[in-house]
Amino acid sequence: MTSKQGHPGRASVSVAITGSGGAGVMTAGNMLLEAAAKAGWYGLMVRSSGPQIRGGEAAALLRLATHPVDSLDDVCDVLVAVDWQNIHRFADEIPLGAASVIVGDPDQGDPPEVYLASGARYGKLAMKATAKSIPGSWPNMVALGVAAGLVGVPLEAVKGVVASSLKKSDALAASITAVEAGMKAAAEFGDGTRLAPPPAKHDGHWLLTGNQAAGFGAIRAGVRFVAAYPITPATELLEYMAPALTQVGGVLVQAEDELASINMIIGASYGGVPALTATAGPGLSLMVEALGLAVAAEVPIVVVDVMRGGPSTGIPAKSEQSDLSLALHGLHGDAPRIVLAPNSIADCVTTTQWAVHLAEQMQVPAIVLSDQFFGQARAVVERPADAPYAAKRATVGANAQGYKRYALTDTGISPMSIPGTPGVTYTADGLEHNERGIPSSGATDHRKQLAKRERKLAQGDYARHWADLEGEGEIAVITFGSSTGPVREALARAKGDGVSARLVSLRLLAPAQPERLAAALAGVKRVLVVEQNHGGQLARYLRSDFEIPGEVRSFRQPGPLPIRPAALHREIVEWSRA
Amino acid sequence: MSAVPAPAADAPKSAHTAADYKSDYKPIWCPGCGDYSVLSSFTKAFAILDLAPERIAVVSGIGCSSRIPAYTSCYGFHGVHGRSLAAATGLKLARPDLTVVVASGDGDGYSIGGNHFLHACRRNADLTYVVMDNHVYGMTKGQPSPTTEPDWDSKLSPGGTGLRSFNPLVIALAAGANFVARAFAGDPNGTAEIIAEAIRTPGFSFVEVMSPCVTFRPEQREWKHHVRPSPVPATDDAAKAARRLMTDDGFNIGVLYKGDRPPYQPPMGKGRKTPADLERGFAI
Repeated sequence: MTSKQGHPGRASVSVAITGSGGAGVMTAGNMLLEAAAKAGWYGLMVRSSGPQIRGGEAAALLRLATHPVDSLDDVCDVLVAVDWQNIHRFADEIPLGAASVIVGDPDQGDPPEVYLASGARYGKLAMKATAKSIPGSWPNMVALGVAAGLVGVPLEAVKGVVASSLKKSDALAASITAVEAGMKAAAEFGDGTRLAPPPAKHDGHWLLTGNQAAGFGAIRAGVRFVAAYPITPATELLEYMAPALTQVGGVLVQAEDELASINMIIGASYGGVPALTATAGPGLSLMVEALGLAVAAEVPIVVVDVMRGGPSTGIPAKSEQSDLSLALHGLHGDAPRIVLAPNSIADCVTTTQWAVHLAEQMQVPAIVLSDQFFGQARAVVERPADAPYAAKRATVGANAQGYKRYALTDTGISPMSIPGTPGVTYTADGLEHNERGIPSSGATDHRKQLAKRERKLAQGDYARHWADLEGEGEIAVITFGSSTGPVREALARAKGDGVSARLVSLRLLAPAQPERLAAALAGVKRVLVVEQNHGGQLARYLRSDFEIPGEVRSFRQPGPLPIRPAALHREIVEWSRA
Repeated sequence: MSAVPAPAADAPKSAHTAADYKSDYKPIWCPGCGDYSVLSSFTKAFAILDLAPERIAVVSGIGCSSRIPAYTSCYGFHGVHGRSLAAATGLKLARPDLTVVVASGDGDGYSIGGNHFLHACRRNADLTYVVMDNHVYGMTKGQPSPTTEPDWDSKLSPGGTGLRSFNPLVIALAAGANFVARAFAGDPNGTAEIIAEAIRTPGFSFVEVMSPCVTFRPEQREWKHHVRPSPVPATDDAAKAARRLMTDDGFNIGVLYKGDRPPYQPPMGKGRKTPADLERGFAI
């Protein structure tokens, strides 16, 4: 190893490990993330691959840091390429800078011009030949070693992770020898990409994906029935929940399509069991009909939409925040519903848990807008705080005199009767109905039931979580979901330039909270609205349902590329000086 | 499972009568509609099985026949068009203790809900699916359904659709339904017996009820002269049942197929771990 002399280490280092299909770059990336996590750092890893079902070029994109990170950085500091086959296709996703380091195998050819043009230093390491000289080892373990060495993740931590994933002792010994060879080579490429030491205290960190986080949050809130249809990038949420639900006494059913999955969860919830489905934009489009049924029949359900590029089939494995308008407005009739968006990978736990709580409390559908970035990123996070949110539904006991399922209460919430309870049977109905649930097309019943369903949503306890508010100043940035990470980072950098600004990350998107937002924006003269879509869906919604003070600008960028902090930082600083 | 046992020969008389399962809500159907009889067959079947009304859920989609749930005193669910089987499947899998009966029609069940029909047969959850087939969309005032004859004239499809009508009983067999029967609304007692047997039989039970639409298909009044009890008893051989159904004239009434495929029921409520146990999986 090189000495750390004269280099304090960096707070964040970004690493890409690339190679063709089967090269094992995802395995190497996951091991590096786990080793860094064991050693106490934070970090995340996203996976990128070509359109092939199996094989094809692949890239593990990591960011390791001394603090929690919820977005990718502007520049990739280290690119380790096991080979260069089609790796030029990742050029947009792996932006290099003059201070970046490229490590490539000279036997696999030279790096593509698009990478060399950045001015990055190119270091040669014959990974394939090195692995060949160590019987039983693989080039990806050499790549893991060189990446770990460049970042400064200790050998012991890497060894521990390799040991826990390789059972056979001869393979293990060979792999560790290969890692050591990579680390040794890294010493020759300088120490400019080394991380600062991890925080001294790092107990209780979790390593999980946003999809696992959302599934866990749902179970923690009490969801015990899930029906779903496979769809990228929500499938892993379902694959997490299938065995997890069985363990806690619930079930997951694979439905024939999204129409079935949402109607199944409505049936289960009508039966008294808290229920959820997860999907992506194309599935949410199909579910719109039944979301209206859940509104009208007042059946609590939760739909997690792991957003991807749209419209139509769009860009399935890439992130975009472009289902917001569908979630907010996509039902026929006047149909109040809850729309929430987690704003970090860890927050996928809490926000999904809160969604279940709100849906059950108010007997409405709740849509959780996660996205591909959160869903498929694997991250080291602080353990999310325990939140007091559980499924708790108002129900009626047996033989209640004069029971009316849709009684016009002050709160709008009327106790549900759960099938099996004698003396309080009723028919849940998507037809407009009177207080008893009997179909009615009368003007008075319609007006009263519409008002009741709207009134219910005023009962939610939104004060604590409706938004994350940070900072102060006359500029405010309003955003939601996974755009929050790069915004937060851009604001921190702007502060370093002497520009202070407020962050408003909306977690509760519907029902709209115009009074709360107005209070959060008191004294603000300029508002920047940041979102990852082409049409400015959040900006339009803020214009229609809220009063926004001062000058408003919309910063919008569709997928598939992430919003990176640098562009936002520049926008905020330039505007503040305009 | 909620498998309802067959009554023993010396079983006491049911504590319930059909009237116990009727609500005070007046049906919207036309006078003479076959669905009145099917409603009475539902309530008679429930009385035969001596089930408490609150232990039964009647689930439906949209259409004339789908109005049945509110006319019973059971738990009811009147959902969206074509999706009754999905809602009923969710309810049954989450609440295996309930008896779940699904009411549908030929448009709701075979057209917009066709995919759910196939997969409900295949899944074989313990549901009883009663389709009131009158070969027409009645609620929207007379359009052809998947079981309508190809030359039946209507405003929406002048001169007929030209499409071959489909055979739901054969499709149910091919897709894996465990119990297949044909009934006739004009015989409410016989239909009640068939529905009761369908409920008693574990797995997915499909009962196609010929239920005349006197308003848009008045010629269906003639059905009563054509129907007859099936000349052969039910078989447990699906291929034999399918061959019979593909060659009969559509008027044989009775239980046609009865299999013994175990119902689909994932182990709801069996796991003993807690969320705190699951949390350990995320710790570094």
